Amino acid sequence: MSTHTFKPDLPPPLLSVGVLGWLRANLFSSWFNGLLTLFAAYLIWLVVPPLLQWAIIDADWVGTTRADCTSGGACWVFIQQRFGQFMYGFYPTELRWRVDLTLWLAVIGAAPLFISAMPRKAVYGLGFLVVYPLLAFWLLHGGSFGLREVATSQWGGLMLTLVIASVGIAGALPLGIMLALGRRSEMPAIRVICVTFIEFWRGVPLITVLFMSSVMLPLFLPEGMSFDKLMRALIGVILFQSAYIAEVVRGGLQAIPKGQYEAAAAMGLGYWRMMGLVILPQALKLVIPGIVNTFIALFKDTSLVIIIGLFDLLNSIKQATTDPVWLGMATEGYVFAALVFWIFCFGMSRYSMHLERKLNTGHKR
Amino acid sequence: MQTPANVSRPRGSVWTDPKVRAWLFQIIAVIAVVAIGWFLFDNTQTNLEKRGITSGFSFLNNSAGFGIAQHLIDYNESDTYGRVFFVGLLNTLLVSVIGIVLATIMGFILGVARLSPNWLIGKVATVYIETFRNIPPLLQIFFWYFAVMLSLPGPRASLEIGQTFFLNSRGLYMPAPSPSDSFVTFFGAVVVAIIGIVLLTRWSRARFEATGRYFPVSLGAIPLLLVLPGLAVLLTGNPLQWSTPELTGFNFRGGWVLIPELIALTLALSIYTAAFIAENVRSGIMAVSHGQTEAARSLGLPAGKTLRLVIIPQAMRVIIPPLTSQYLNLAKNSSLAAGIGYPDMVSLFAGTVLNQTGQAIEVIAITMSVYLAISISISMLMNWYNKRMALIER
Repeated sequence: MSTHTFKPDLPPPLLSVGVLGWLRANLFSSWFNGLLTLFAAYLIWLVVPPLLQWAIIDADWVGTTRADCTSGGACWVFIQQRFGQFMYGFYPTELRWRVDLTLWLAVIGAAPLFISAMPRKAVYGLGFLVVYPLLAFWLLHGGSFGLREVATSQWGGLMLTLVIASVGIAGALPLGIMLALGRRSEMPAIRVICVTFIEFWRGVPLITVLFMSSVMLPLFLPEGMSFDKLMRALIGVILFQSAYIAEVVRGGLQAIPKGQYEAAAAMGLGYWRMMGLVILPQALKLVIPGIVNTFIALFKDTSLVIIIGLFDLLNSIKQATTDPVWLGMATEGYVFAALVFWIFCFGMSRYSMHLERKLNTGHKR
Repeated sequence: MQTPANVSRPRGSVWTDPKVRAWLFQIIAVIAVVAIGWFLFDNTQTNLEKRGITSGFSFLNNSAGFGIAQHLIDYNESDTYGRVFFVGLLNTLLVSVIGIVLATIMGFILGVARLSPNWLIGKVATVYIETFRNIPPLLQIFFWYFAVMLSLPGPRASLEIGQTFFLNSRGLYMPAPSPSDSFVTFFGAVVVAIIGIVLLTRWSRARFEATGRYFPVSLGAIPLLLVLPGLAVLLTGNPLQWSTPELTGFNFRGGWVLIPELIALTLALSIYTAAFIAENVRSGIMAVSHGQTEAARSLGLPAGKTLRLVIIPQAMRVIIPPLTSQYLNLAKNSSLAAGIGYPDMVSLFAGTVLNQTGQAIEVIAITMSVYLAISISISMLMNWYNKRMALIER
């Protein structure tokens, strides 16, 4: 009886495994691809080393005045010295704990909403949405129950950006949902009103809306009734954003199969209960990623309040770069602003993608 | 068995009848809208009277009395506000059109690059897209304007390319063509060449439909486009005269100049919008199922034709609707010009003119209707194109 012994397998060709194989498959699979790789590598070499040199290696990190920036790279001392102003604007220094506290309350209060296993999430969420804005307004604005009043003209920096974005979205959501329902209504008059409203706001740039709210709103209102600058901007932002939210929500409403409407009607539910109990919970769940995307757009758009003279993050930085003591720091200032905006927007867009995957529970076939 | 029709439905009170309710709601809604409208109108009337502002559009005929850095039509300080309006409108359109063209080209390249099998190219495109779409456009405009354009050297130390293009803090100076006597012949030759190409394309398509034999159009088109205008130039001389900018004193004279505001604005807007268009292009291409490619290849189509005849037409159907809204966004974002003082519709009209005349309502109304009109025309144009590209189903 003879036994066969197999020889061991030959190792795969060196060029198809490991680093070399990966390089060949992904970077140099053909001569054209190889050229593209070289081109991309050249681009990277052109951009990245000088950027690192400027932003990190040659940069000045410590110091207190302009004189400490000697090495020729980025002067981050400028950002460090003006950091408080970029974050809080002209909010009195000794009261800045109130802003911090507001932010921490938001983080702590909203944290349970992100835990999937939390019971009675909807009730808690609604309660939070009602209680928190009142609390936040009291903390930020003060003027009652022993807190000193801080006028909105003193608000600024990143804090103002966040206030405008969050109030904007909180105000625009209910209005947008109502508009979306109105647009899908079977009553022609209501539909026409809603369509006109939505298309009007979607057709004009936010800048003209802000101009309008700052210049024309005082003309529209009766004598004695006036809002401060921030309030006027907020009204403009809410009206503008509600139109976009309405279109997002409409997309969700259209995705709900007709059977759901018919089933709800067969159960004897009236319009509002049908919408509130059956349609909207499903539709809103579908469009959460869309709403987050709208929020990202709004967050970026808040920078436009510079046009009507509010001191948000961008405007604070712009003002600081025109300070004679720190002239010529425009690049540092705008790079810092870009970094802050980028962190927020990128974080939110990742979260929206995560939600999209998580909520994609069999509605799409 | 016969039941009278009006018994078939149980009768409740009139209030629960859906038809009655629908009418009621609509009447209430209309009354509410009219009432709000009247409230605003009435307040405005009283407020205007109190402030002594006369409403009306007669201010458009008054002399403006301020200069404008960039005007595509003749303009001087004694011209009217009405003319200022057209200067602003043209400047807005200029930025929008250049921005849309640049953003589309960059966006398509980046979108395809992101899908490239080449790992490095894909990553470069991804980093570009994720960086620029998460930074507010106004901030990008500020960056290009304040941090880049304004920190360029002055005219005397300008960066130059071959003695013809000069870049400095006052803008980009470049040679300007002006038609010479032979321009008419040259232009005529170009027109004839284009007509020839169109006819050639038609003939080749008709022959392809009839016989199945393929004639490469470019084989005839390129010589046609080179030879005819070339002959015209040889016979009658140079059709264009170029005036190059020259440094005289403290500034350049002659040639064309792109003001720094325009450069910063178009750069920022096209870089920003290209990131979004790239994403639309990517999702459009990914929406075409792989089976389509396989089917085309199994029919014997080469790679280039697969792309041109199978993938792109189907991808375009997915790409066009979001592309439309990106174009709309770009046109609307061009109003951010107000932030750096580029003389567009908003900064000229809703800014300077409004401040000088105080006619807030008229000025804002005109501005808003211009943007509404631009938005509506872009979406109508794109809807028309979309309809042409749409799937025709039986």
